[in-house]
Amino acid sequence: MLLRARKSTNLKESDITDQGIYKDRRKFLQKSASITTVSMAPSFLWPTIGSADISFKNIIKSDFSTNEDLTAIDAVTGYNNFYELGLDKGDPKRNAHHLKVKPWNILVSGECEETGEYALEDFISPAKLEERIYRLRCVEAWSMVVPWVGVELGSILKRFKPTSNAKYVEFKTILDPENLPGQKRQVLEWPYREGLRIDEAMHPLTIFAVGLYGKELPNQNGAPLRLVVPWKYGFKSIKSIVSINFLEEQPSTSWNIAGPKEYGFYSNVNPDVDHPRWSQKRERRIGEFLKQETLPFNGYGDEVAGLYAGMDLKKNF
Amino acid sequence: MLASQSGQKIKPVLFIVLLLPLVMLAYRFYSDGFGANPIETINRYTGDWALRILLSTLAFSPLIRITRWNNIIQYRRMFGLFAFFYVCVHLTSYIVLDQFFDFGEIIDDVFKRPFITAGFSAFILLIPLAVTSTNKMVERLQFRWIQLHRIVYFVAMLAVLHFWWMVKIDTREPMIYATILAILLGYRLFFYIRRKI
Repeated sequence: MLLRARKSTNLKESDITDQGIYKDRRKFLQKSASITTVSMAPSFLWPTIGSADISFKNIIKSDFSTNEDLTAIDAVTGYNNFYELGLDKGDPKRNAHHLKVKPWNILVSGECEETGEYALEDFISPAKLEERIYRLRCVEAWSMVVPWVGVELGSILKRFKPTSNAKYVEFKTILDPENLPGQKRQVLEWPYREGLRIDEAMHPLTIFAVGLYGKELPNQNGAPLRLVVPWKYGFKSIKSIVSINFLEEQPSTSWNIAGPKEYGFYSNVNPDVDHPRWSQKRERRIGEFLKQETLPFNGYGDEVAGLYAGMDLKKNF
Repeated sequence: MLASQSGQKIKPVLFIVLLLPLVMLAYRFYSDGFGANPIETINRYTGDWALRILLSTLAFSPLIRITRWNNIIQYRRMFGLFAFFYVCVHLTSYIVLDQFFDFGEIIDDVFKRPFITAGFSAFILLIPLAVTSTNKMVERLQFRWIQLHRIVYFVAMLAVLHFWWMVKIDTREPMIYATILAILLGYRLFFYIRRKI
C-alpha cells in the first residue's frame, strides 16, 4: 500500500520477540526478576552522572521511525493540548514558564521490587537516547509527525522488576495547582492520570520521550519526561510524568472519568470506531490542506494489532 | 421599516462595524497566518460571530421595552442579515476548507453528527427569514411575517446546541451563550404569560 511509509520490513528477525518467550512472557519476567535479585548488587543505585543534564549527543536513529514529512517545529511546540497550562491550543506555550522542571523526581510504586523515588537523570541514564519519528493522532482528528528523542519504556520498566501481579502500569502528571493555571479548575481529574496494559507498556514502540527535534522537550510538550504511545489517541501519551505505579487492576484515566462514553481505556486509533460526536475516519495532518484517511492503529497495525487479537475493538474503544 | 433622519447616517456606520469581524480575520491572516490549524481557526471564528450577531438580534425587543428607544428597531434587519451572512461564511468554510467539497462526507456528517444536524438545520431555517427580510415581503405577509420570524427563537436554540455539542470539554463559552439566550427568551416568555393570565 503506497500510503504506508513505515519501515516495518526493516525489522530484523532478531528484533522480533521469540514466540516462546512472548507466550510465556509472565514466566520470563519472573525468571529475570529472580536472576537479578541473586546478583546481590543494589541494582536500584544506578551510576549517577552527578546531577548533570541528560546529554543529547549521539542520538541513535531507529528503524521504527517513519519517512513521512516532519511537522514544522513551530506547530509541534505551539499547537498543544496540555490543559494544566490552559485550554486553548496556544496556552501551553504561552504559559510554559509556569512549569518548573528542575529538579524532577519520579515515584515508582506498586507491584514491583524496586520501588522508590528517582531523579530524572538517574531514571534515564544509562539508556542510550534514540530518535523515534512517530505519527501522533489526536482524538480531535488532527495529527502530526514528531521526531521524538527518548528510550523504550520497556527497557526502563524492566529495571524496576515488575512482579507477575503487574498487569497494568499507571502514570500520573505533576500536580501543582499553585503554579499551573489550568489546574485551578477541575476541568479534568487532577493530577492527570493514564495507564497501559503491561504488554502495551513493554512494546518496543512505546517510549519515554525526553526531547524532540534533537533537543530537550519544551515545557508545553510535557517536559521533562512524557510517554509516547503512537498507535493510540494522543491523550494517552501522558506528559510531565511524576509517578509510575504497577497495578493488578486496570487504572482509571482522566479522560475516561471526564467522558466515559467518549474516551476509553484503550483508545486505539480506529477509523471504524467513531467518537460519539464526530467521525474518526479522517484526520487533518497539521501543515496540509486536504484531510487524509486515518489508518487503523495510526498505521502501526503490523506492530501492534496482535496485542488485541480476539478483542472487540468497538466495545474496548 | 420606518427610517428616521439619523438612521440614514447611522446605517452605513453600522454596516461597517458589522463587517469588522471579517476585517479582523483578514488582518490576523496577514499578521500571523492563523497558526497551526488555520481551517479550524476560520471555522470557529466565523461561527462565533454568527452566533453573537444572531443573539444581538434577539436583544432588540427587550432593549426597546426597557429603554423606550423605539428608533433602534430600524437597525435590527441589518443585524439579522449579517448574522445570516456570517452563517454563510461559516458554512462555506466548512464545505470548502474543512471538507473540500466532499459531499459524501458532508451528508454523512449532517445525518450522523448531532451537532452538525443542529447547525445545518439552523442554516436551513434562516433561509426563509433572509428571503422575507425585505420591505415588500413585510407588506405581502402582514401578520404572518411576525409569525414566520419567530422561527429565529428556534434557530438560536439550535445554534447554541450546535456549539455546545461540538466542544470537547470546555463548555464555559457555550454555557455563557445559553445563559444569554435563556435570558432573552425568558424575557419574552414572561411577558407572553403575563398577557395570557
